[in-house]
Amino acid sequence: MRNIIIILIFLLLFPLTASISAPRDDYLGQLEKMAKQFDDSFSGFSVERGKELYFRKSTTGKAETPSCTTCHSDSPLKAGQTRAGKPIDPMAVSKTPSRFTDIEKIEKWFRRNCKSVLGRECTPIEKGDFITFLMSQ
Amino acid sequence: MKIKNKLIITIFSLPLIATPLALTASDDNVPPIKNKLVLEECGACHLAFQPAFLPAISWEKMMNELENHFGEDASLDKEMTREITNYMMANAQKNKIVNFDNPPLRITELRWFKHEHGEREAKNMLNKKKLNSYVDCAACHKGADKGYYDDD
Ligand code: HEC
Ligand code: HEC
Ligand code: HEC
Repeated sequence: MRNIIIILIFLLLFPLTASISAPRDDYLGQLEKMAKQFDDSFSGFSVERGKELYFRKSTTGKAETPSCTTCHSDSPLKAGQTRAGKPIDPMAVSKTPSRFTDIEKIEKWFRRNCKSVLGRECTPIEKGDFITFLMSQ
Repeated sequence: MKIKNKLIITIFSLPLIATPLALTASDDNVPPIKNKLVLEECGACHLAFQPAFLPAISWEKMMNELENHFGEDASLDKEMTREITNYMMANAQKNKIVNFDNPPLRITELRWFKHEHGEREAKNMLNKKKLNSYVDCAACHKGADKGYYDDD
């Protein structure tokens, strides 16, 4: 009897957890395809490279925003803050489960923030690395 | 054209300092934003500032240069940009003579604003809340999102 209840609970929860993360997996899948076109030697996204991007000090973007940490704080587990003082939820998926689940939103902020910090758009590999790093946190 | 604009501004600027918001709906309230897209997109990094704080030409200029918005890229796709521009311009501050060659982009640099926030009360609040500027309106005006600024 107990087993049946447990199975029932799993069956009920499964579509919920699956539907929250589905857009994230879709998006990563799209990025992976683009990454392969972008670079023949691409062999998967990297937590290490994503971490390096998160903490990188850039000199090629706008002076006010030298790093992703300028707004997203020096830990993906902590809340950040915009330059105008508005709080930003932590970037780590474990802390903010809704992270990277709305493709238009992700694309909009990658475009803006990469241009502000790096002075150019991020490559598909950088985007995938960044998300992979934050899923690991 | 330039000289004429400046003349008009000097003539009208005195009474305008004294009555900063007399041109908006009621005495103390600024009409709140009713457009969901504006609230969401212009409220992502700071409070969505009410359009009645700046004249239409200011919003038009700001919306034309969103890739370079006060040191940040705040760009949006064409359709969103158009909808927001229309809303901000339609609800902008009216009946104010402005310098078309150099419209104001910051509310916090308008003369009435500096006047209202130049007193010791506002400065003390700024220090106490450890803010570097007056941009975060809601830190002091709890009803700022509803257009209510006379609560202190
Ligand atoms: C000037 C401040 C600022 C900087 C610098 C910044 N961001 Fe952001 N970022 C934001 C804000 C504000 C949001 C939207 C609020 C939110 O999602 O909680 C955001 C959201 C995002 C999102 C969307 C997250 C999601 O859940 O969909 C991504 C992706 C992102 N940022 C990537 C980056 C990267 C990569 C960098 C460094 C290259 C960076 N950001 C630097 C302010 C900043
Ligand atoms: C990506 C972040 C971001 C977004 C999105 C954004 N802004 Fe801003 N905005 C800023 C920053 C940063 C400042 C300067 C803050 C400071 O000086 O501390 C600013 C300042 C302003 C100011 C001047 C404030 C003052 O000093 O009086 C206005 C007005 C303004 N924004 C309007 C808008 C409008 C309208 C939109 C929507 C189209 C918008 N903003 C969207 C980041 C953003
Ligand atoms: C550090 C605190 C602080 C910040 C931040 C701040 N204000 Fe104020 N503001 C005050 C104080 C204090 C007064 C004067 C007391 C009063 O009359 O409410 C005032 C007065 C005003 C008034 C006149 C209210 C009246 O009496 O009719 C307006 C309008 C206003 N502020 C708008 C803003 C806007 C818009 C922002 C953001 C761009 C802002 N304030 C940011 C503290 C602040």
